[in-house]
Amino acid sequence: MANVIKKLKNKEDLETLENSLCASHNKDGLLVIIAGGTCGEARGSKKIHDAIESSCKKHSDKKISTLYTGCHGFCQMEPIVIVEPHKFWYHSVKDSDAEDIVNSAISGKPVEKLLFTDEKGKKIQIEEDIPFYHHQKKLLLSSNRKLNPTSIEDYISNGGYAALVKALSMKPEKIIDEVKIAGLRGRGGGGFLTAKKWETVRKAQPGEPRYIICNADEGDPGAYMDRSLLEGNPHNILEGMIIGAYAIEATHGYIYVRNEYPLAVKNVTIALEKARELGLVGKNILGSGFDFDITISRGGGAFVCGESTALMASLEGKIGEPKAKYIHTAEYGLNNKPSCLNNVETWANVPLIINNGSDWYGKIGTKGSKGTKIFSLVGKINNTGLVEVPMGIKLKEIIFNIGGGIPNNKKFKAVQTGGPSGGCLPESMLDIPVDFDELTKIGSMMGSGGLIVMDEDTCMVDVARYFTEFLTEESCGKCTPCREGVAQMLWILDRICKGEGEEGDVALLEEMSETILEASLCALGGTAPNPVLSTIKYFRNEYIAHIKDKRCPAKVCKSLIKYTVVEPNCVGCKACAKACPVDAIEQTNKPATIKGKVSDKMKIHSVIQNKCIKCGMCIESCKFDAINVE
Amino acid sequence: MDIKKVEEIVEKHHKDSGQLIGILQDIQAEYRYLPKHPLEKVSELLEIPLSQVFSVATFFRAFSLEPRGKHSVHVCMGTACHVRGAKRVLDELERSLEVKAGHTTADKEITLETVNCVGTCALGPIVVVDGEYHGYVTPVNALSVVQGKEKK
Repeated sequence: MANVIKKLKNKEDLETLENSLCASHNKDGLLVIIAGGTCGEARGSKKIHDAIESSCKKHSDKKISTLYTGCHGFCQMEPIVIVEPHKFWYHSVKDSDAEDIVNSAISGKPVEKLLFTDEKGKKIQIEEDIPFYHHQKKLLLSSNRKLNPTSIEDYISNGGYAALVKALSMKPEKIIDEVKIAGLRGRGGGGFLTAKKWETVRKAQPGEPRYIICNADEGDPGAYMDRSLLEGNPHNILEGMIIGAYAIEATHGYIYVRNEYPLAVKNVTIALEKARELGLVGKNILGSGFDFDITISRGGGAFVCGESTALMASLEGKIGEPKAKYIHTAEYGLNNKPSCLNNVETWANVPLIINNGSDWYGKIGTKGSKGTKIFSLVGKINNTGLVEVPMGIKLKEIIFNIGGGIPNNKKFKAVQTGGPSGGCLPESMLDIPVDFDELTKIGSMMGSGGLIVMDEDTCMVDVARYFTEFLTEESCGKCTPCREGVAQMLWILDRICKGEGEEGDVALLEEMSETILEASLCALGGTAPNPVLSTIKYFRNEYIAHIKDKRCPAKVCKSLIKYTVVEPNCVGCKACAKACPVDAIEQTNKPATIKGKVSDKMKIHSVIQNKCIKCGMCIESCKFDAINVE
Repeated sequence: MDIKKVEEIVEKHHKDSGQLIGILQDIQAEYRYLPKHPLEKVSELLEIPLSQVFSVATFFRAFSLEPRGKHSVHVCMGTACHVRGAKRVLDELERSLEVKAGHTTADKEITLETVNCVGTCALGPIVVVDGEYHGYVTPVNALSVVQGKEKK
């Protein structure tokens, strides 16, 4: 690694630094890559890194290096370790595997037990051959595995900040043109044309200061691609923002990041300090005469702050209440000055477009939606993780080819896209391509990219209730349709889930939705009824079952279900009775039948219905399938 | 209560009222909640009305005006955790700890809270205990996870 790095005065300094970093890099050497990130660390990746490091020291003659990176996407398989140059891809690694892993790097023979096993039982050695990765097109996430996010040197030696150098040699208008021709649309949810926003900001209030804002307040529950990008490759976001700032002539930028993402806050803070030390942020960037600095602001945990006007209000030290939409933040935003707000993933696309050109970028995706989109594929799905796919891919391909379908032989029921503003789509809609306009047409939306898969055990009324409860809590309370209307919808849904639904409730929900959609001040209220409307549209029979038959078909809604003992299966082991927190399981006098023989000691148990709190502990503790939910 | 700390925090944020959320976060990290006196001091130092400080302190769910317990337990209620049974985990913790979400146990040991999503959906349902993430929590092991008996 290079010695003390001095401030870069011009682009030649950056090139010299890049060359020296590449020269000192041992390209053909043995390298063990350990995936960090929040998911990895939650599964012990730090410990594994330490164990591998100390194991490497034992073989110091072999010159094995380690690299501790951000998230690699296949979160369910964490901790993940890759051995280069052999490309061995290991999953579910334990610190006790360290020695074996290091030996495999030396010998070139993989550790069989750590390799991925496909559904036919075949072991797969390298990442590209694993179905989860094979169908993806990683343009943004691919860098995560190549660098240590706290090292600006790693970013630069991987070609980082080259797009900035290129941009600084271009006219600002030309940069906006490139982004326009590339067809980049905002990845935060709305899908607004990025270049159009930039143009408006650039032209608004001539002579006044203008701001760049990175929206990293990723509030959609179930979506975490922005966290992964900020944690795993923070300089990429900074580079995108600096290019954007140059294009619209902004002198200051903000990153508004969720405080619930401590590692993202940490890594982006380190990245910003390093970029400032090198002169990539600050005065006279690379000798271009352009000044730009960035402040990191941590959010206070309010979903509504994902809305641009609310976010800007909170950047002004006020509560996160949105403003009416006829005032465009591009013209009158933060401190009433022109403000350009884009989300993390949008900023991450900017260096890619500048580096490769708009023609190249425009070839990826569909007519109206260009590039790739990162989704978090979560819920009832075999392969959970972040997937980056070209726009236009069918939802079916994501769920079944990449996601590997539904676990435990259950049936697919729905996929929820677009978070609390989006909708639930049934199986018949899975041929829809991933495209901003197509998803909106069928009553959902792209949103920021959460794909939550639901199986036959998910109750769609409960899901609608869940989102409505979420939105009731997160409504800022400023406008009546959202504050009162969504709360009333929750009240109705609560009743339905409790078996107290009445005829006409569905029609009432639909009628209220219409008013809330029309009359709410901001996008939170303006999309709040979507989860309810889409579940009514595609799963009306579940509402009817709750209301008319007082039955929850998925057996989720507590008031409508009953736990009972399946007598032929009960062996009288008492496991359920021990697990029950409220002593609602008692022994009867009936003898249990074990392996076809009537036992003289063991007795069948039964559930005392008026004591049962339906916590499900009995079903979790029973090893004999002797508890049933009806 | 050392009010000097508040002065230092406000100074660190360059007395910028735009950084009010950050200032309150740092104060809360110091005291584990937002006591009255530091809030008054913030209003004085930033030269903004106390009502503005109070409105921000009560608007955002990250802040608490009540003292919190020694240990914080956050149950993730994100969609992915929800469809995998997070509500049942929360119900069980509320029952066994004898405290409702958003409140602190009578012995002031544990504050039980919910969080909208911590973004580690692959591991759901997730419970974060004092900043440490625990995945695949069930109603059966929830209490032992909180009490630190469970291996990750």
